[in-house]
Amino acid sequence: MTQKTDVGVSQTPKEEKKKLSIIVFSGTMDRLMPVGILASGAASSGYEVNLFFTFWGLQAITKKSLQSAGPQQGPKVDVNYQEFGQMMAQRMVEMKYPSWQQLLREAKEVGEVKVFACSTSMGFFNINREDLADFVDDVVGVATFLDRAQGGETLFI
Amino acid sequence: MTKTLDARGMYCPGPVMETAKAMKQLNVGDVLEILATDPAAKPDIEAWARRTGNQVLEVQQQGEAVRILVRKLK
Repeated sequence: MTQKTDVGVSQTPKEEKKKLSIIVFSGTMDRLMPVGILASGAASSGYEVNLFFTFWGLQAITKKSLQSAGPQQGPKVDVNYQEFGQMMAQRMVEMKYPSWQQLLREAKEVGEVKVFACSTSMGFFNINREDLADFVDDVVGVATFLDRAQGGETLFI
Repeated sequence: MTKTLDARGMYCPGPVMETAKAMKQLNVGDVLEILATDPAAKPDIEAWARRTGNQVLEVQQQGEAVRILVRKLK
């Protein structure tokens, strides 16, 4: 049975920093937007944020795809929500809502946000370090990500 | 009152992010006045303050906008 110890009875045991880590697997706008929103909200609230861009997520952070990220180009919305893509993109412009990459950049300014690129995905897609966006901090593997994410919340998006 | 942040017209996470930015510029003890129209601004800034160890002094609805006073505690 659980026995209560005296360690940290009065307060949250550890003044440890809160962490939010996200495995960014999908590369479509409908998934990247929540990544940007969560990352910037968490960074603003003092969380350490770790983003691991892998598979289609990795493809979304090449300089090339970021430059061509206009509402018209490419299959930017998940096929399940495609009918809403155009309408949403238009509304976001009307709302003056920032793009996910703007949110990510602001998150990095306001707090502690690390952006990691998955080395294996880079191999799959034949992407080099210099092809990646300037906001990428490092190219790492799963062990590094798990180590960074340890003890915090982790999402797979 | 040290500074006013006009976050009217901004949507989540705008008001919170701008609050975090503005607070960085202030000294401990200073008060930030935030004006926002995002319906999430009140609960979000209250949650933000709990998370970051700052203090919400006052929340007031002023027409379409909410006016929130936050004191910087750390």
